[in-house]
Amino acid sequence: MLYRENGQFKTSYRADQQMLPILQDRIFMGLLLLFVFVGAPFIFSDYFFLSILIPFLVLSLAALGLNLLVGYCGQISIGHAAFMSVGAYAAYNLVLRVPQLNFLVALILAGLIAAVVGLLFGIPSLRIRGLYLAVATLAAQFFMDWAFARVKWFTNYASSGSVSTATIDIFGWQVNSPVRKYLFLAAVVTVFAILAKNLVRSHMGRAWMAMRDMDVAAEVIGIRPVYAKLTAFGVSSFYVGVAGALWGFVHLGSWEPLAFNITLSLNLLFMIIIGGMGSILGSFFGAFFIVALPILLNRAPEWLGIAMSTAMVSHLESMIFGSLIVFFLIVEPQGLARLWSIGKEKLRLWPFPH
Amino acid sequence: MRGKRNLIVLFVALLAGLIAPLATGASSAGFWVEVLLGGLMAGVLYSLVALGFVLIFKASGVFNFAQGAMVLFAALSVARMAEKMPLWAAMLLAVVIMVALAFVIERLVLRPLVNQDPVVLLMATLGVTYFLDGFGQTVWGSDIYEIELGIAKEPVMILGNLFDGGILINKDDVAATAAAALLVILLALFFQKTKTGRALRAVADDHLAAQSIGIPLNSIWVIVWSLAGVVALVAGVIWGAKLGVQFSISQVALKALPVVILGGFTSIPGAIIGGLIIGVGEKMAEVFLGPVMVKAFDLAGGGIENWFAYVLALLFLLVLPEGLFGEKHIDRV
Repeated sequence: MLYRENGQFKTSYRADQQMLPILQDRIFMGLLLLFVFVGAPFIFSDYFFLSILIPFLVLSLAALGLNLLVGYCGQISIGHAAFMSVGAYAAYNLVLRVPQLNFLVALILAGLIAAVVGLLFGIPSLRIRGLYLAVATLAAQFFMDWAFARVKWFTNYASSGSVSTATIDIFGWQVNSPVRKYLFLAAVVTVFAILAKNLVRSHMGRAWMAMRDMDVAAEVIGIRPVYAKLTAFGVSSFYVGVAGALWGFVHLGSWEPLAFNITLSLNLLFMIIIGGMGSILGSFFGAFFIVALPILLNRAPEWLGIAMSTAMVSHLESMIFGSLIVFFLIVEPQGLARLWSIGKEKLRLWPFPH
Repeated sequence: MRGKRNLIVLFVALLAGLIAPLATGASSAGFWVEVLLGGLMAGVLYSLVALGFVLIFKASGVFNFAQGAMVLFAALSVARMAEKMPLWAAMLLAVVIMVALAFVIERLVLRPLVNQDPVVLLMATLGVTYFLDGFGQTVWGSDIYEIELGIAKEPVMILGNLFDGGILINKDDVAATAAAALLVILLALFFQKTKTGRALRAVADDHLAAQSIGIPLNSIWVIVWSLAGVVALVAGVIWGAKLGVQFSISQVALKALPVVILGGFTSIPGAIIGGLIIGVGEKMAEVFLGPVMVKAFDLAGGGIENWFAYVLALLFLLVLPEGLFGEKHIDRV
């Protein structure tokens, strides 16, 4: 009844090509943004910001980046945390060595450096695909883990190998409290999400999707595989690199050499499987799911009155993750995002059954 | 032809790297042989894990990321059950457990996902990995456990008259190698001489043709996953006896991925030889190349064996994508 697009006629090309063609979607988005930027800072506690919303925002950006590569271009990567670490260490070194640089500029530069490294490791994708590529990205993961743990220059010769960051300062606005961190991240993620949304419906995104669906056919209709795959690797690594820099600077503050290990890579992959491959919205769902589930599991024994050790909780957590992955792959390969769109379909007909 | 030349260049470079420490006098001959043997021993373990991969990949086209988790699970089962009963009983029971596991995986994971994209199946096995890691540690506990095989661990000096100071080798390493060799021979006999083995090879050759002459695919998958489970059990027991059963086994077993790239996804000899090459390569690199790199780049310690295998596999991918013994046809874009 409420969610129906009939009567909304598109009379110009602009109207036909806009990002959210349905009026109700635009209203919903507007309300959502209003809530995110105006409402949320007053509602939630510092704990909620620090333990859920901040990691959620950063990881959803990283998942978004990985989704561009895996979900849209069909190139699997099980080493994307490596590119996060490149972004994080690049930002750290840029801020450290060029102090007059604005953090936003450092963030973009860190993303670009991650993109270059991503391109380098993306080169094998031109010759191989699927399973072989998985191993190539695994090489990136282990090599980067090693490089940042061993090459002293990257960590500014810190004896423990861990680095810590200064407070972010953007034109005099200090990002030091949980609420400010949240607002900063929300702004960055909003911008990048809108960019991604538009990217995937541009010629570049269409080339990626054609590549994913059938590479030979895509080549026949004039899409250059080299161009499509390398841009996917580059853009994806850029997003993930920015997310890595934010993860280091805003969420962690200081981090150890193995903060970006293969577990994080696999978690990113799980986010997009559970959230929905090839969906911008799905990246957010998946990230929220992966961030919230461990916290819920940690709390659940307390609520139920069962004593459970932390080791037990973490084993249970990985069992539940594992089962959910298989469950989603079998039952709903398009993930939570698909459930969302089914809900929208239903809402269209509501209150009638057909 | 160009591909072949690159391949030769790569091999010559590898060989040069292998003998460089000897030629430059950076190491004594005895020490060099010791490192070589150490690498071969590690390589045997990689080969065993890789063997499990190859078995499953050949028969069902599934890239089984969970092989490492299966190794850990099997080793944990044996270690914990051996506390309550004799070792042979624990191992027999563990075989039963691995077969049951194969049955469950076939039923709950593979059958619903039949005919899916290989990448989807890879991700499903990732889920299986997480589940098994969590499940194994929930049931069996997450400390470090020991498996006592009853073989003395003290090193033995051999060839003392040939090299200065002789060569130290461990008895349990020799036993491990013998066990691995025995397993490979048994597998080869099974594949060549038995009816089931022939059916497995038929399925590996051509799914459709095998199905049309009446080979039941579902039960073949159960058999193959059981076999992979048994191989994982052997690898787990050897590994556990050497280093203790702990969670890191599951991670180290990831090294089997570069091994199968090197040897070819579908080749059992490839898995063995690939494992040995990776084992020797990374030990050599760690011992001889590591200090050089530390000095040259001012590193905080070596540790290049963590990534050497993967980078070696990447190089191989660029010149020889199908691996040393793999089928010549692979998907290229």
